[in-house]
Order: sequence, then structure tokens, then C-alpha cells
Amino acid sequence: MGSHHSEPEPWVVHRVRALESLLIEKGLLSTEVVDKVVQTYEKDVGPMNGAKVVAHAWVDPAYKRRLLTDGTAAIAELGIGGRGGGDKMVVVENTPSVHNMVVCTLCSCYPWPVLGLPPVWYKSPAYRSRAVLEPRKVLAEFGVTLSEDIEIRLWDSSAEIRYMVLPLRPEGSEHLSEAELAALVTRDAMIGVAQVQAPTAVR
Amino acid sequence: MNGVHDLGGKHGFGPVEREENEPYFHADWEKAVMVMNLIGLVKRIYNVDEFRHAIERMGQAEYLNTSYFEHWLASVSTLLVEKGVISREELEARTKEFEQNPQTPLPERKDPELLERMMRAVPKGMAEQSEPDPAPRFKAGDAVVTRNWQPPGHTRLPGYAQGHRGRIHTFHGVYVLPDAHAHGRGRCPEPLYSVGFESGELWGDTAEPRQRVYIDLWESYLKPVEG
Repeated sequence: MGSHHSEPEPWVVHRVRALESLLIEKGLLSTEVVDKVVQTYEKDVGPMNGAKVVAHAWVDPAYKRRLLTDGTAAIAELGIGGRGGGDKMVVVENTPSVHNMVVCTLCSCYPWPVLGLPPVWYKSPAYRSRAVLEPRKVLAEFGVTLSEDIEIRLWDSSAEIRYMVLPLRPEGSEHLSEAELAALVTRDAMIGVAQVQAPTAVR
Repeated sequence: MNGVHDLGGKHGFGPVEREENEPYFHADWEKAVMVMNLIGLVKRIYNVDEFRHAIERMGQAEYLNTSYFEHWLASVSTLLVEKGVISREELEARTKEFEQNPQTPLPERKDPELLERMMRAVPKGMAEQSEPDPAPRFKAGDAVVTRNWQPPGHTRLPGYAQGHRGRIHTFHGVYVLPDAHAHGRGRCPEPLYSVGFESGELWGDTAEPRQRVYIDLWESYLKPVEG
């Protein structure tokens, strides 16, 4: 912002600064809080948290069982969600016969503690309207084609439960370490609109 | 309420458009809006159900013509005024001042206590936690039908799932009822369930094959049925 001096700034910029200045005067805000909270979301709370959970579940079957039974507690075990854990989490597992996908049709609920801030497409009317109605078509737009015998389960996050997908571990990843596996896991795979790809390079 | 926010199953929004290497924020004002809202929630100036309902109340055409963080801005402004934290007049006057003098700096203020509180809250998320009572009426496998009740206020029973038969998948615990909590009618905790619906039940002949939708629904949204 502010790089094009010839263009007036939109009204929304002034409105937000007005709110900020009023809240600062009333003792409810400081610019430092804005900077630090934003920094946390940009650096520390993001899909790398979810990826850590997924990779750990892939290498440790006992952890995977705990994760699928009580997602909140199992995620807290890895130090994610802060002391005492965060939002109530349910982790749903993709298998050769079931594919899971997460949406919030009513607003844009999203598992912030494990995936960070949601991308714009997740919040878009197109995704929110179509995911529950025609998930196979939506998946195809994301480049995922599933055979008709695979069941698709949509999780519409209409309450305070947050969902994350445990994707299938890709074939050809047997030799990878937990950290290398985590690096393969994408945000989109944990929402359920992508599959985790094996590394292409022969090692 | 039967608003445009209730998007499940609507037609006409086109393909899902993605942005490669999308940044978390597209402008600095979005950051300030996000943090002001988190403060409103953490300091319990308003609750998350009031927050969501204030978005639903923002105007149907405007909802579709504005972005996610503009929705947040509309809701935060509405609630701060309604809760008496700021007045509509001072907000309008201050906005005009910034329009006329965009270079005016924001006031300086340090607040280590607020900072500490926010940094503790951020990794946890903002969702409500479960409560002990009352005991659930349904158990996994029970057949239910959702109510068809068209409330004009806030609800978390999506329109596309009203009046349909489903099956209890799991009991999640007891949670504050948004329909009451969004309107200052107390917390009214109720059992919350994940309810599974066959796609054919929801979408009829147009349903895609082998698909199920699971929706988190409060007990008062459900009635028992045989089967």
C-alpha cells in the first residue's frame, strides 16, 4: 500500500485507521499488539504445524491411533495449540477407499492452530457453495481425479469443531525421515483438495 | 436466517479461483482488522456467535460484493458501536479526519498486559470449549431428521440440510447454542453431534455418487425418526 501516490487510498483504509485510533485511545489496542499477532500468524502458526502432525502419524502407528481418537490431545502432545491445547480438533483419515474434504458453508471456519490463516479460495462463495454439492468437480479443478468407487466425505464445519485431513502417505516415501515427510505435506492436502505427492527425484 | 451467507449448494459462483503463493494478507488494513476482532473476542466484548451474526446482518448485496476481511470490518464496527465501546458518530467523524489527513499517525500506546494475553490466546484458536451438561439424547447410529424451521435470526443449521434425514455419526460434547448466544439469550448449552447425510438425500438425482456430508448440529436442530 501507499506506493502509488496518485491513487487515493480506498475508504476502507481510513475506516480501519479510524477504528484503530479510537481503540488505542480507549485503552483496548496498541500497534505493537497488531504487529506481534500478525507476525505470529505469518511465522509460527501455519500449515507447518499440521504437516508435523501428519508426518508423525505416518511414522508412529500408536500416535496415529491417538490422533484419530482424540485429535485435540494428540495435537497438543506435539506442543501445538499452546498449553492445554487449542480448539477441539477432529482429524479424518484418507484411505484407499475414502477421501475427506473440509469446508465451512456458513462462514469460513478453519483449523487456525494447525493450518494458520485460510487462503482466499477457501473463503470464496465458489468453494463454500460447491464443495458440498459437487465435490468431484471441485476436486477436478484442483487437479485431483478420484475413481467413482472412492467415497467422498465432506466435513461442513458448522460448529466449534475444527477438522483436518490426514492424507494418504505417498508411495515411494518409505526411505524418508519424519522431517522430510513433513516437508511434502501441503496445506491443500490437509484441507482435502490435494494429495501428497512423493518426491520425484530418485534418491 | 435465510441469508446469502448460507452458501451450501448454491449455483452460479463459477470455478474456485486460486492464487499461487498467496500472501496471508493482501493489505495492511486486513492485519489490523484481524487483530481488532481477536481482541474483541479475547476480551469478551462480544462472542463469536454475535460476531458471525453481525456479518450475516451486513446487507445481502454488500456481503457478496465485499471480501472476507471487509466482512470482519463490518462486524467489528457494528459490534463495537452496539456494545457501547465507541459511538457511530465518533467513528464517522474519525474516518473523515483520516480521509482528509491520511498521513496522521496512530497514537502511541504500550500495553504489555494485552500483548501477553493475546500471545497466549493466538496459538489456541478462538473457539468455545465444551461444557459438562446436559446428557446427550442421541447416540451414534441413531436416525434423525433435521428441523425445517427457517429462523430469522442466527442459526448454524445450514439451509441445504433442513428437513433432511441423517444419522448420528458422533457425539462431540456439549456446546453453547449459537442461536441463543448470538442474541444475548444466554449460553443454553446443548449436546452437539456430527450428523452424516447421504448426498442423494440432500441433492436428489443431481447428487454425485458415493458422497456423504457430515454437519455439526446441535440437539434442538434434530428430531428422532424410526429406522
